[in-house]
Amino acid sequence: MNNILYKYILGIADNCLILGQRLGELCGHGPSLETDIACTNISLDLFGQVRSYYQYASQIQGEGKSEDDIAMLRPEREYLNVLLVEQPNTDFAYVMTRQFLFDMYHYLFLQKLQESNDNTLEAIAKKSIKEVSYHLRFSSDWIKRLGDGTQESHDRIQLAVNDLWVYTDELFHQTEDDKVMVSNGVGVDTSVLKDNYYNSVSEVLISATIEVPESKYFQKGGKLGIHTEHLGFLLSDMQYMQRAYPNMSW
Amino acid sequence: MKKEWPLWEIFVRSKNGLEHRHFGSLHAADADMALENARDVYTRRKEGVSIWVVESKNITASNPDNNGELFEPAHDKVYRHPTFYDLPDEVKHM
Repeated sequence: MNNILYKYILGIADNCLILGQRLGELCGHGPSLETDIACTNISLDLFGQVRSYYQYASQIQGEGKSEDDIAMLRPEREYLNVLLVEQPNTDFAYVMTRQFLFDMYHYLFLQKLQESNDNTLEAIAKKSIKEVSYHLRFSSDWIKRLGDGTQESHDRIQLAVNDLWVYTDELFHQTEDDKVMVSNGVGVDTSVLKDNYYNSVSEVLISATIEVPESKYFQKGGKLGIHTEHLGFLLSDMQYMQRAYPNMSW
Repeated sequence: MKKEWPLWEIFVRSKNGLEHRHFGSLHAADADMALENARDVYTRRKEGVSIWVVESKNITASNPDNNGELFEPAHDKVYRHPTFYDLPDEVKHM
């Protein structure tokens, strides 16, 4: 049972880690000083959440591994994040669309995680949801601004939405382990979030004059460790120091 | 081609009961974005409980060239400071 809980925690935390790393790549490259700081603030919020999750995961695992070991020393196949969060920073439209599609899910998910039987997960959810409310507000605002902005910004957001849409369904997939966690009241039954998610996402997209894609074809795999080609590059960047200089610390 | 966003002046109240103080300025497309940017740029280390934003062009500033006529006449008028009488000991907190 402990191993199932361990993997369940990683399933939540890895989303935050990988998205945080992606946003961190923007440090010093944001389209303006203000958005640069905003994106890296969000990144830091996510890393803060990741630390709480990994500290708990390490305690559950009981092998004496640190939060850093869990973050930095796993091979690609052991990362359980959804495919959406590992997609690259193609341009600012992709960055904001990826953020928005994840934030909406993240917010709805944390709302339910606050009702978890597990006291630690409940506490992390309660602390994180304030941060994530702001993330959602920030990314929704940018979707509306750019979608309902110039022809150029509209087209770019529409393109990003069309491209990233295939990764949204996976947010609601449940592995066998997830189902065990749901049945014992620790985990969140994500299937009940789905309608609310698509309704809320569509509402923002429509107000941003963006067409909601109708594609019925979706990508999946991240939750089982099967990733897109982008994750390997991200990890080699992120893990470089620990791989080159094992056990080094700042 | 590249257009700059307008400049905004940011005022932050650091604690309830204190006044808003000028913290700095930043660029934003409109007032809502200025508020969000101010939140991220100036209050990320718990500096504030309230933010005001004012577009910089709406501030009318005195001209430093006029400092002579504006401010110097006050220099030799120390009697404008209320320091020429003794406070009774009973009056506290002055």
